[in-house]
Amino acid sequence: MNYFALFNLTPSFDVDKATLAATYQQLQKLTHPDKFATASERDKLIALQKNAQVNDGYQVLKTPLSRAEHMLELRGVELQHEQKTMQDGAFLMQQMEWREQLDEAQHASDPLEALESLDDEVAADIKRLLSELGAFLEQSDEAANENAANLVRKLKFLFKLRHEIEIKEDALSDF
Amino acid sequence: MALLQIAEPGLSAAPHQRKLAVGIDLGTTNSLVATVRSGQAETLGDNNNQHLLPSVVSYTADNVVVGEQAKRDASLDPANTIVSVKRFLGRSLNDIRSSYPDLPYDFDESNPNSPLLNVTGRQVNPVEVSSEILTALRLRAEQVLGEELSGAVVTVPAYFDDAQRQGTKDAAQLAGLKVLRLLNEPTAAAIAYGLDTAQEGVIAVYDLGGGTFDISILRLSKGVFEVLATGGDSALGGDDFDHVIVKYFRQQLGLEGTLSKRLHRVLLDKAKFAKETLSDKNSVTVDFADDEQKTLSLSISRETFEGLIADLTKSTLRACRRALKDAELEKDEVLEVVMVGGSTRVPYVREQVGEFFGQTPLTSIDPDKVVAIGACIQADILVGNKPDGEMLLLDVLPLSLGLETMGGLVEKVIHRNTTIPVAKAQEFTTFKDGQTAMMIHVLQGERELVDDCRSLAKFTLRGIPPMAAGAAHIRVTFQVDADGLLNVMAMEKSSGVQAEIQVKPSYGLDESQISDMLKASMQNATGDMQARMLKEQQVEAARVHEALQAALNADGAELLSAAEIDTIQASLVVLDTAGKNDDIDAIKQAISAADAASQIFAEKRMDHSIKKALAGHTVDSI
Repeated sequence: MNYFALFNLTPSFDVDKATLAATYQQLQKLTHPDKFATASERDKLIALQKNAQVNDGYQVLKTPLSRAEHMLELRGVELQHEQKTMQDGAFLMQQMEWREQLDEAQHASDPLEALESLDDEVAADIKRLLSELGAFLEQSDEAANENAANLVRKLKFLFKLRHEIEIKEDALSDF
Repeated sequence: MALLQIAEPGLSAAPHQRKLAVGIDLGTTNSLVATVRSGQAETLGDNNNQHLLPSVVSYTADNVVVGEQAKRDASLDPANTIVSVKRFLGRSLNDIRSSYPDLPYDFDESNPNSPLLNVTGRQVNPVEVSSEILTALRLRAEQVLGEELSGAVVTVPAYFDDAQRQGTKDAAQLAGLKVLRLLNEPTAAAIAYGLDTAQEGVIAVYDLGGGTFDISILRLSKGVFEVLATGGDSALGGDDFDHVIVKYFRQQLGLEGTLSKRLHRVLLDKAKFAKETLSDKNSVTVDFADDEQKTLSLSISRETFEGLIADLTKSTLRACRRALKDAELEKDEVLEVVMVGGSTRVPYVREQVGEFFGQTPLTSIDPDKVVAIGACIQADILVGNKPDGEMLLLDVLPLSLGLETMGGLVEKVIHRNTTIPVAKAQEFTTFKDGQTAMMIHVLQGERELVDDCRSLAKFTLRGIPPMAAGAAHIRVTFQVDADGLLNVMAMEKSSGVQAEIQVKPSYGLDESQISDMLKASMQNATGDMQARMLKEQQVEAARVHEALQAALNADGAELLSAAEIDTIQASLVVLDTAGKNDDIDAIKQAISAADAASQIFAEKRMDHSIKKALAGHTVDSI
C-alpha cells in the first residue's frame, strides 16, 4: 500500500501538515463506515477496510519517523522486522551514558528537573538526526537509502529512550 | 463539495422516506430513550411522563418487571431484583465478586467466566437482564411514536472493553433492536453540546455515571468530532460514593459483621438519599430500622461527605491529566468542559473539575439526558434521514489490544487512542517441524503481563500446511470496527490457506449461546417469525438490487467492460426473481451471488470516488 498515493501526495519527507490533515478529513467523509450505514453488508465491509487504511496511512504520514520508514519501504528497504545490530560505536556509547543518567535521575536532588534536562538533550539530538534524515531521503540512490536506514534505526533508539523518560516523569508527577 | 455527494454510493441511490430511529442510553442506574421529532431531539416518557427508566429488573414467579416498580421491590426482594446489571456485562464472577463483595444475588457457580444469576424459578445472564431494560425502552418508543423502529444507536462507556461492548450489542439484538452503532457516551454528549453551541475547538467531556467514569478529549471542526484521547475507569461511579457512605454509617453505628440483604439494601438506599440531599443542603439526617426493628438515626454533613469522596474524585482527575497528555494538549487549550452523568450533580465534583481545568464546567443540558439526546441525533443521521449531513464522528480504541508472547508477556498490536476503524496485521511462524496448529491469546489493556490484562479470546489456528519449523508465515489480522469491536482473521501466506479460527470469548457468551437465546426469544414472540424473516430478506434483496443498478448506471460504463456489466446484470435478474418469491435461502444465495459478481466493481468504485474527490480538491485549491 502506497499511502502517499492514497493521500494524493508526491512521496517526500517534507509533508505539509495542514494539507495532510485536510485530505484526511476529506477521505474520512468518503470512507467512514457511518457514511454507509444504510448500504449493503458488502459495501459496509469495503468501506470499513478502506477507512482502516486511511486511518493507518494518516498515522504513518503524520509522524516523521514512520513516514521515513514508509518511504524506504516503498524503495524496497524493509526495516520493520529486521534483526540488525547497531555498528556505530560512538552512538552506542552515548546511549549507555544517557541510560545511566536516566537510572540516576531519581536520586538527583530534583529528579524531575534532571529528567527534563536529559529529555531536552535527547530531543535536540532527535531534531538534528531528523534533519539529516530528510537530506538523505531527498536523494534516492542506494548509498543514501542505506544512510537513511541507519538514521531511522538510531532514531528508534532515541524515541524509545524519550518514552522511558516520560514514564519516569509520569511516575514522579503522581499519575 | 458537490463531488463529495456523488461519491456516496449507499446514500445517493434512493429518495428517502423518514425512518424512525432512536438513541438509547443504557445506564448503570437509569436508562433513557430519545428520538428526533420535527427536527427536535427529545427524550421519551412513559405513560406517567417519567423519562428516566430505573435500570432495575425484578423477577417474580411468572413475570418480569422493569423500572420504577422493580426499583421499589429492590429492598423487599433484593435477591430477585437485579440493580445496576451493567456492571456485570462482560465480566467474570471473580471480577464481580472482587469489585462488589456485598451483592445480595445468588450466582450460579458452574461457569465462572459467564456468570448466571439464580432468580425466582429461572437462571438469567447479564445480557438477558440488560435486554429486558432495552425491550422496555423499545416498547415505550414504539408506543409513543406509533410505528416500528428502523434502528437504534446504543451508548456505552468509552472505557468499555471488547467483552463489555459485545455484551451490550448482544443485549440490544436480543431486545429486537437493529443496532446502527454502539456510540461512546462522552462522544454522544459532545454531539449534543457541540451541535447546540456550534463552537469549534477542543472540548473535554467529564462523564461520571452511576457505575462508570469516562473522560474524553475531542476536537470539533467543521462538523467532524474527532476524539483525541479517552480514559477512565469502567468500575468507578456514583454507586461508589454510596458505598463509602454505607461504610461510614456502619463505622459510626457499630454495624459490624455481615449485614442481612435487606439491611444492606436499606443502607444503600439511605446513602444514596443522603448523597443527593447533600447536593442542596449542608447536612442530612437519615433513620431506618435495623433487623431487630430498632430505629437508628445518623447525621452526615456535606464536609464529611466531601472528605469521604475526596480520593475517588482525585482518581478521576488523574485520569483527566492522563487523557490530556495522551491528546498532547495542555489544560488551557481546552475550550469547554462538559459535565455528563447524574454524579456530576455533586457540588464537590463540579468544584474539583472546575478547579482542575481552570474554568466553570458546562451543565446546561440535563446531565441525565444529554447522552440519549446525542445518541438519537446520530441515529437520525445513520438511518438516512439526513443524507447530506456533514457530521462525522471519529472515535478511538480505549484500551490497547495485544497478544500473549513467550514468558506471559503481552505484545501490543494496536495501541490505545488509535482512531477506529483500524486493521493491523501481525506475522507468526511455527516453531516445530510439521506443526499444523497454533494457539493465539488476545488481550486488552495497558500492562505488560498477561495476568494484568483482560483476556478477550483464545483461539487455535488449524490447517496450517506441514512445513519445516519457521517456514510457515501466518498472518493474523486484527480489525476493530467503528463500534470498537474486534474481529480476527488469519491466513498462511506461502500456501494461501485460510486458517480456520475458533474464537472462544474468555468472558461473556459465545456465538452459539447468543443464537440459542435469539431462537428462544423468537419462539416466545407473537406473530409469524418466518414471515418476518422473509420480509426482511426481500427488503434486503430489493435494496441490494436498487443500489447495484444505480451504481451500474452511474459508473458501469466508465469502470467496467461490456462483458463485466453483462455478468453483473445477469446476477441482478436472478436476484430480482428470487426477491419476488418466498424461498428465504434462495434470496440469501442470490444476494451473495450478486455481491460476489460485483465485488471488484464495488472496490473500483470506492477507489474511483476517492481519486475523483481528491483530484477535485487539487483543482479547487489551484
